[in-house]
Amino acid sequence: MLETAVFVIRRDLLLAMRRRSDVLTVLLFFVIVVSLFPLGVGPEPALLRTIAPGVIWVAALLASMLALSRVFAQDYADGTLEQMLLSASPLSVIVAGKVLAHWLMTGLPLVLLAPVLALQFDVPQNFLGELMLSLLLGTPALSLIGTIGAALTLGLRGGGALVALLVLPLYIPVLIIGAGALDAAAAGLGAGAHLLLLGAFLVMAAAFAPWVAAVALRIALE
Amino acid sequence: MSSGINWFKFSSPASFYPLAKKLAVGFGTLAVVFCAVGLYIGFFMAPTDHQQGESYRIIFIHVPAAWMSMFIYLVMAFWAGMGLAFNTRLSGMMASALAPTGAMFTFIALWTGSLWGKPTWGTWWVWDARLTSELILLFLYFGFLALQAAIDDPRRADRAGAVLALVGVVNVPIIYFSVKWWNTLHQGASVSLSSAPTMATTMLIGMLVMVFGFWFYSIAAVLMRARCIMLERERNSEWAAQYLESGA
Amino acid sequence: MLEAIDLQCTRGERTLFSGLDFRLRGGELLRIAGANGSGKTSLLRLLCGLLAPAGGSVRWHGEDIRRLREEYWGRLVYIGHANAIKDDLTAAENLAIACALGGHRVAAGALRSALDQLGIGGSEHRPARVLSQGQRRRVALARLALSEHSPLWILDEPFTALDARAVDIVQEMIASHVARGAAVVYTTHVELEIAVAVALRIDLGAAAV
Repeated sequence: MLETAVFVIRRDLLLAMRRRSDVLTVLLFFVIVVSLFPLGVGPEPALLRTIAPGVIWVAALLASMLALSRVFAQDYADGTLEQMLLSASPLSVIVAGKVLAHWLMTGLPLVLLAPVLALQFDVPQNFLGELMLSLLLGTPALSLIGTIGAALTLGLRGGGALVALLVLPLYIPVLIIGAGALDAAAAGLGAGAHLLLLGAFLVMAAAFAPWVAAVALRIALE
Repeated sequence: MSSGINWFKFSSPASFYPLAKKLAVGFGTLAVVFCAVGLYIGFFMAPTDHQQGESYRIIFIHVPAAWMSMFIYLVMAFWAGMGLAFNTRLSGMMASALAPTGAMFTFIALWTGSLWGKPTWGTWWVWDARLTSELILLFLYFGFLALQAAIDDPRRADRAGAVLALVGVVNVPIIYFSVKWWNTLHQGASVSLSSAPTMATTMLIGMLVMVFGFWFYSIAAVLMRARCIMLERERNSEWAAQYLESGA
Repeated sequence: MLEAIDLQCTRGERTLFSGLDFRLRGGELLRIAGANGSGKTSLLRLLCGLLAPAGGSVRWHGEDIRRLREEYWGRLVYIGHANAIKDDLTAAENLAIACALGGHRVAAGALRSALDQLGIGGSEHRPARVLSQGQRRRVALARLALSEHSPLWILDEPFTALDARAVDIVQEMIASHVARGAAVVYTTHVELEIAVAVALRIDLGAAAV
């Protein structure tokens, strides 16, 4: 069972490596969206410092959502998804493998890049750890929840915009807690409570989302 | 079954359809009566509030609408779960029929909330925890409606919508508490709604009557809508053909 | 072994077929015939458990396949309309993935001989992007050469895009699999005789309206 998950992860990473441009697009989108804000609100350092957590988190949220349609679309189009549904291993395990691979390609790069962007916003350097940690716990949760939306909208017209409509409201708790972690750290309260909550949310999402997405996939392929 | 009534009989559209019409007319009449009485109590009998003046009277619509908006989402998720678990056709139709009514009440709650906010808080919109949660609830309704609208096959639409409604219902408390938490962390402009003065008995009665009115309206509207969905989906079936031929 | 009981299938508002009964034992070959739109692919997807029947049930050794789930899918080999081939992977990688999803790991040597058997051994390390339609179909069908242990094959139009030689090879593979005591269900537009002891045929007739 675990073997299949590992196999799926390796396969998806291999596919991504042969098509690196897809991974880069998401990353560049993240960078550009974050860089637009100073142009929109002005270069006042105090203001930028205040909005930095929210901006980085919202941009990460949008970037991870943008990448969602790719989780299943290709496998759906070429018939591989059908084979996954008929696999000897539970579909939820395969989905979990796919989500992890998806996060490694689209989520992890955002986490690694975020501190650099935070410096653009004059975020004090001693908060960068909290920023990365909150993203490290939050972005996998986003990928997990988003997968449900991707599975539900598989093969529908207006897929991309529809996914946004379904998934963004569900992202709100992660956004609030994730961006709140930085605010709390900046206020001298420590980000511990926020990070614990994010962790709890991630555990819950990891337990249920692959299973729900598997149900949604079976519905979508009927 | 000890009661002697076969309830499962009514879970099939053919037997539900004529029953739904009678129920819808009955509940529709009740809704009109209760809303009229409730509004009369609210606008003419309830005393003027010494702090907020006459503008507080909007809560006679606002509060029941907000309650209904949340309650209908729960009912929708319940039918969705039933549909997924027992694969009954009627459950999906009920969930689809509930969503527009729920979205409407959510919108009314937001709209009246903002009308109330202007004279009370001096602004149309405040990022108050309840208003924000209500707004997110509206997004959840929109998501459900959009997903169902995007799927042509009614069976897939029902089942996909059901999954979404269940995921949403699990998330609603999480969203509510995170928004509330966010709100307490950002205490600035917001004024708490809970500081409302103790309610006079007539106010309470007026509100309760309005709640019942909205309840009956929802039941009537949902049954009517379920009838339309039913006839549309089953227009090729025998009972629908008979019904259409009889010109009823 | 495989049994359909009072099977009914509806797509949208159309009823494709209803009251379909059959029983397929090991060592028997079943061909599903019928016009375009008569529900051949839907029937195969029902037999796989991808589609839920509007009525009736599909049973495997007397148990409903919708309850057996992974236990049944582990036995089954389904080759659908789509080849499930990734452009960016080589023929060998594609074949290895198909087998792994089916639940068994295959050594590189076995992959090679399977591809050889289908006459595409030379393209083993080329990305599938450069293969023709017929060659892609051969890669998908090469999985059959590695699935001799499977008691049930379900094949949707296995002969499309294949040339005469490949059709012969696949026919031969099906015949020897049935001779081994397995059951095979397939659809095809090509009129051909596969030499087996028991060949059954279900005709779904004209397209449903």
